[in-house]
Amino acid sequence: MRRLLPLLTLLCLAFGPLPALSQSLEALIRQLPEGSFSDRAEVVAAIAATLDERAVGVLEALGEGDLHQRKADGAILKVTGRGSKARAFDPLTGEELGPVPARSTTAIKVNNALRRAVRSGIATLTLMHRDPTRRLAAANAAFQSADPDQLEALGAALAAEQDASVAEAIAQAQAAALLASDADPALRVEAIETVRARGGRDALAVLTPLRASEVPLIAEAAAAAVAEIERSQAMWARAQNVWFGLSLGSVLLLAAVGLGITFGVMGVINMAHGELIMLGAYTTFVTQELIRGHAPGLFDWSLAIAAPLAFLVAGGIGVAMERGIVRHLYGRPLETLLATWGVSLILQQTVRSVFGPTNREVGNPSWMSGAFQLGEMTVTLNRLTIILFALVVFAGLLVLLRRTPFGLRMRAVTQNRPMAAEMGIRTGWIDAMTFGLGAGVAGLAGVALSQIDNVSPNLGQSYIIDSFLVVVFGGAGNLWGTFAAAFSLGIVNKFLEPVAGAVLAKILVLVFIILFIQKRPRGLFPQRGRAVEA
Amino acid sequence: MVRKGLIDRRTGLFLVVLFAVIVLIPLGNLLLAPGTAGHVPGYLLPLLGKYLCFALLAVSLDLVWGYAGILSLGHGAFFALGGYAMGMHLMREIGDRGVYANPVLPDFMVFLSYEKLPWYWHGFDMFWFACLMVLFVPGLLAFVFGWFAFRSRVTGVYLSIITQALTYALMLAFYRNEMGLGGNNGLTDFRDVLGFSLSDDSTRIALFVLSGLALAFGIILGRFITGSKFGMVLVGVRDAESRTRFLGYRVEHYKLFVFTVSAMLAGLAGALYVPQVGIINPGEFSPANSIEIVIWVALGGRCTLVGAALGALIVAAAKSWLTANFPEAWLFVLGAAFVLVTIFLPRGVIGLLDGLKPGGRHRHALPQAAPEPAE
Repeated sequence: MRRLLPLLTLLCLAFGPLPALSQSLEALIRQLPEGSFSDRAEVVAAIAATLDERAVGVLEALGEGDLHQRKADGAILKVTGRGSKARAFDPLTGEELGPVPARSTTAIKVNNALRRAVRSGIATLTLMHRDPTRRLAAANAAFQSADPDQLEALGAALAAEQDASVAEAIAQAQAAALLASDADPALRVEAIETVRARGGRDALAVLTPLRASEVPLIAEAAAAAVAEIERSQAMWARAQNVWFGLSLGSVLLLAAVGLGITFGVMGVINMAHGELIMLGAYTTFVTQELIRGHAPGLFDWSLAIAAPLAFLVAGGIGVAMERGIVRHLYGRPLETLLATWGVSLILQQTVRSVFGPTNREVGNPSWMSGAFQLGEMTVTLNRLTIILFALVVFAGLLVLLRRTPFGLRMRAVTQNRPMAAEMGIRTGWIDAMTFGLGAGVAGLAGVALSQIDNVSPNLGQSYIIDSFLVVVFGGAGNLWGTFAAAFSLGIVNKFLEPVAGAVLAKILVLVFIILFIQKRPRGLFPQRGRAVEA
Repeated sequence: MVRKGLIDRRTGLFLVVLFAVIVLIPLGNLLLAPGTAGHVPGYLLPLLGKYLCFALLAVSLDLVWGYAGILSLGHGAFFALGGYAMGMHLMREIGDRGVYANPVLPDFMVFLSYEKLPWYWHGFDMFWFACLMVLFVPGLLAFVFGWFAFRSRVTGVYLSIITQALTYALMLAFYRNEMGLGGNNGLTDFRDVLGFSLSDDSTRIALFVLSGLALAFGIILGRFITGSKFGMVLVGVRDAESRTRFLGYRVEHYKLFVFTVSAMLAGLAGALYVPQVGIINPGEFSPANSIEIVIWVALGGRCTLVGAALGALIVAAAKSWLTANFPEAWLFVLGAAFVLVTIFLPRGVIGLLDGLKPGGRHRHALPQAAPEPAE
C-alpha cells in the first residue's frame, strides 16, 4: 500500500477532479460508464485500491462485458444471458434482480487498455485478500500470466505481505512479470535467477521464449536457467518412476511373499494363491459393509479390523487345503499344481455365486485418501500406506521365521523331515500351520489390494502369474530373494513403461524373466546344498 | 497281455471307434432326413469337429507330459499360433468381400488405417504356405524355447512356470493392435476355404472328417515315437533324468525333439479348430486355457495317448452341456475334477478301466508311487 498510495494521489492530482479515495465503492462503480477509456481506467484503479472483496466480482463482470447501465435510473447491473433470457444481478451482492427487458440497458464498453487495468485491479484485489491460500493462488496465477501491467499491483502486494511463503510466490510472479516487460537487462537477469529458483513447468514456460531474447546477456542467462530446470525436471521424473516402481514392487511383494512360504519354503505349488488374495479383499468388503450398517463411526478402523479377519479366513482355508488335499500329494509337485488349480476354480465360482460377478466397492478410510507434494512429485497416501504395510508384513514374517520356536520347527521340518520328526516335532501339524501362514499372508495382501484394485472374482487371476515369477526370479526358499525380486521387477517395469508403453513393458519383463531363468534356473539367490536337488 | 507293435489293443479299439464316428456322423447328416432319428443337424458338425481338435491337442500334450515329464502350461500358445496362421489365410481369402471391400487389406487393417500389408502377412494368400506356417511357427517357437530351457536344465515346476509366462506374454502381445493381428477381436468373419463356403454342410463334413483323421494321425505318430527306442529313452528321462544323462544320452536333444513335434501337432489342431469355430482371438493364449488342457490329459489318463483324447472329449462335452444348462455349476465341476482326479485317479479314466481287468497295465505306465529321486 505504501507505494500505491502516493501513486494514486499523484494520479488524482494530475487528472483533476477525479474520484477521491474516500469515495465509497458504490459511488466509484457508478462512475464506471463515464468519461474516456483512460478516465475509466483510473476509476478501476481506485476500485481496486478500496481492497473491498466484493469488488472482485464487479471487475470480473466488467472484464467479461457483463456490466450494464440501466437507462432508466443509471444503476449499474450485472447482466447474464442474451435476449429474453437476460437476467440482472446486483454486481456487489450477487442478489438476483429479475429479468431485463430488451434494450433497457447499455453494456459498459471496454477496450484492451481498460481490460488490462481490470486484470491488474483483480490481481491487486486477490493478492491483498484476507485468506493466505487465496493470495497464494493469485500469486501463482499472476506468475503464469506474467503480465507487465500487474507489476505495480505485485510490488504493492509484496510490500504488504506478511506470510513468507506467499511473499516468495509474489516475488516470483513479480520476476516473471518483469521478464515480460522491457525493464533494465540487469534487473531482468536477476529476475531469471528468481524464476529459475522456482523451477517446474511454469518456470520453463516463462524462460524458454527468453532464450531467443535480443539482449545476449538475457538469452545466455535464460538458456542456462532452462537447462538447469530441465535437468532437475528429469531428475524428478526419475524419482517419480522410482516411486511408482516401489509402489508396484510393494504390491508384488505382498502378493508374492505368501507364495514365498508355500512354494519357496515348502515346495508346494499353490495355484489357489491368487484366490486367497481375492478372499482377503472380499473379507475387507464384508467387514466394511457390516461397519457401514452397524457402526459407521468405526469406518476409519475398517482395514485394521479386516486385516486379522482376512488372515484368519484365508489362513483357515489354507489349513483346510493342506489337510484335505495337499497332504496327499507331497513329492508330486505337478499334481499339487493341478489340484490347487481346481481349488482356485471352486473358490472363484463360489465367490461369483455369492457376491455376483461385478466389481464390489471397497472404500478408502479417510486417513488413506489424499496426497501430498514432495518437490515435483505427487505422493498418494494409499500407495504410501501399502508400501509401509508390505514392509511391515515382510518384517513380521522374517521375525516369525528366524526368531520364534515355530519358525525354528518350520525350518527344521523343511530341511530334514525324518530328523525333525525324531526330535518330537509334529511334522504334519507344522506343515498345516506353515501352509496356513502362507495363505493368511495372501489374505493380508488382499486387504491392501482391495484399496487399489477392483474387487471382483477375477482379482486373484491377475496376480498369480506375477507372484510365481517374482518367487522364481528371486530364488525359491529365500524371502530376501522375493523381496529383491519384487522391488527390482517393479522399478524396471515402471522405467520401461514411459519408453515402451504399459503392455509392451510387461511383455519385456516377462521375456526378461524367461531368459533369466535359462541363465540362472534357481533364481537370483539360489539355495545351496544337497537338499535342494532332491 | 503286453503287446508290442505300433497299435496295441486299446489304441486299436479307439481308432476303430474313431473311424466309425467319422464315417457314420457325415452319413447321418447326408442320408437321413431332418427330423428322423439319427439325423445329425449341420450345426452339430463344427461342434463335434471342435472336440476332435481338442482331443488332438490333448494327445500332443500327453506326448510331452506323459512320456517325457515336461508339464507344459503353455500348450495353448502353440494351438493358438497354428490357429492364427490358418486364420490369416482365411482372412486373405475374404478378399474384397469385407465390409470395406479392400482387395488386399483385411477389414480391421482398413479400420486401423494401415497403408499396406505388414511383411509377415505376405504369402498367407497361398494355402500351401499357410499350412506350412501352421506347423512351422509353433514348431519354431517350441524349438527355440526348448533349446534354451532344456539346455540350461530348467525342469519340473520351473519349466511349467516359464511356459505359463510364455503364453501369458504372447496373450498380452496379441491383444495389442500394433501386432497387426486384429488385437482384441482377433481374426473372424471368415467366408470360405479353398473356395468352399464355410457355412455349407459339405465343407463342415470335410473339416470334421479331416479333424478325425488328424487325431488318428496324431495318435499313430505318438505311438510310433513312444514305441521306438527313442520313446524308451524319453520315459527314462521322465523317471530319472540325471541317471539317463549319466548313461550317456543327450537328454536335452530327446526332450527338444518331442517338445517340437508336440508343438507342431498342437498347431495342427489349432489350424483345424479355427475354420470350424470361425474365430481366433488372443483369449486362446490365456494361461487358464492351457491349464485346462492338462486336466483333459490327467482325467483321461497320462501316458496313454488314447486316454488323453478320451479325457478331452469327456471334458469338452461336459463343458458344452453344463455351460448351456447349469452355467454356475461348470467351474465347480471342473474344479472338483482337478482335485478328485489328482488324488483318487492318478492314472485317469483309462487307469480305472484297466484296473477292472488284471494285467492290463501298460509298459510305459507311470510308477505307482512317487519316484524315488534316483540321484
